[in-house]
Amino acid sequence: MTSENDLKYTAEHEWLDADGSVATVGITAYAANQLGDIVYVDLPAVGAAVEAGTTIGEIESTKSVGDLYAPVTGTVVEVNEAVASAPETVNSDPLGDGWLVKIEFTELPALLGFDEYKALTA
Amino acid sequence: MTFRSPDLAGLDAAAAGVEGPRISPLHDAHAAAGATFTDFAGWQMPVRYTSDLAEHHAVRTAAGLFDLSHMGEIFVVGPGAADALDNAVTGRMSALAVDQAKYTLMLFRTGGVLDDLIVYRTGEDRFLVVANAGNRAAVADVLRERVEGFDAVVEDETDDIALIAIQGPRSTEIVEDVESLTVEGTTLADALAALRYYRVLHATFDGLPVLIARTGYTGEIGYEIFVAPDKVRALWDSLLETGAGAGLVPAGLAARDTLRLEAGMPLYGHELGLDVLPRQAGLGRAVVTALPDGSDRAFAGRDGVVADTPPEPDSLLADRVLVGLASEGRRAGRAGYAVLGATGERVGVVTSGALSPTLGHPIAMAYVDAEVSRVGTELAIDVRGSALPATVIALPFYKKTAPIAAPAGPSATA
Repeated sequence: MTSENDLKYTAEHEWLDADGSVATVGITAYAANQLGDIVYVDLPAVGAAVEAGTTIGEIESTKSVGDLYAPVTGTVVEVNEAVASAPETVNSDPLGDGWLVKIEFTELPALLGFDEYKALTA
Repeated sequence: MTFRSPDLAGLDAAAAGVEGPRISPLHDAHAAAGATFTDFAGWQMPVRYTSDLAEHHAVRTAAGLFDLSHMGEIFVVGPGAADALDNAVTGRMSALAVDQAKYTLMLFRTGGVLDDLIVYRTGEDRFLVVANAGNRAAVADVLRERVEGFDAVVEDETDDIALIAIQGPRSTEIVEDVESLTVEGTTLADALAALRYYRVLHATFDGLPVLIARTGYTGEIGYEIFVAPDKVRALWDSLLETGAGAGLVPAGLAARDTLRLEAGMPLYGHELGLDVLPRQAGLGRAVVTALPDGSDRAFAGRDGVVADTPPEPDSLLADRVLVGLASEGRRAGRAGYAVLGATGERVGVVTSGALSPTLGHPIAMAYVDAEVSRVGTELAIDVRGSALPATVIALPFYKKTAPIAAPAGPSATA
């Protein structure tokens, strides 16, 4: 796992870790904490074409529902099946085992750096 | 991601008639414990400390400690206080013994619910009315109107009284062990053992009077303790320290909401409002329309209740009745989601819903058409476009296996 300093972020509280042409995507610790205990995660199908800024899934906690957005345009190449059966992993390790999807992309949009994202949630 | 259904957001500061967020006298304690805060009826209150599920389970299996300092404490005092309250609310407060409490409703003239309240008779001529935070100003104003002509005065002492609740099966053993918490003439343990549900006990903490009420909003045994704001931190810390070995943890509003939902207790702004008649919410028993001799009892809102017409005909709740809904899986219906009938037609609306932490499946309270309100009726909830099957079941969803003497109605509301 890359350190949080090296990840890219969206204003919608997703993080993105680009490795070559594949980006691993999850939600930030701030988002997981705001949601509370996560009890249900709905992720897109492998092979789905996704467009940056559109809804690709849902994350439910006991108290609320969150929309998951694609931070980048591309194709879903892998989803984290483990979080579907153990959604609490997103709370306990949002930047590691709680990752959500991997998206193959050709071009990264403008994203936030760690300091910029941190300023948003301060 | 974005946060779509902040179910707990409740009422905003403007609606509550409060300027800016207000801070509980326990704010520093919450912040030090790592709480996440939410605006609730104009107050910054802890929504959770670490995990709402862990806090919820702690209350069901051990004990949880809640800060309820946002709730309104309004006294009605004077030789005519009992009669004035009889006129102001739906129950006969004059029939309460001293140190007895009652769940009751305050109605608008249409019969719609202005607030649900717990009234504690703390003296012959002294009644403590506990109102929801968001309704505090309205309740105080309406009480002032309704005591006119009676020999009684209304004193809003919300700012001078803090309120905390300890709830859960191990509450009693924790409270009785708190040093500096004493009662006159007996041990606190004996006094608590003799304290029945919906009764209050006058005690002292560190030399100052506190009121210990056996009431709650979780479906568990527990106590609500009224204390001066400058003593509440010491009491809070003492309870946490005393109860640490018994599993007591501070619990936030998120856990409070799932606990009360499982216990089938209404929350004002969700299951109750000006658009709801008590009967629709299953609270007809809280409305006393006849005196013991059979004659009509006068009280504010009586005409509306008797007319039994929708206070707000355009409301989604109009002409519908409150039911419990249970589903399978993990996706919960949330407040505002449509309830669908057999052919997909809209037959109601969800007012509260969550994946039940205790039961492990989704539960919801909803207002539905009377024709589809029978227990066992198969309905569906429109969960963001997919129809989630849901069955009408009897409330409450959760009941303690060793039941606490069941009273008429829930307790001090959120």
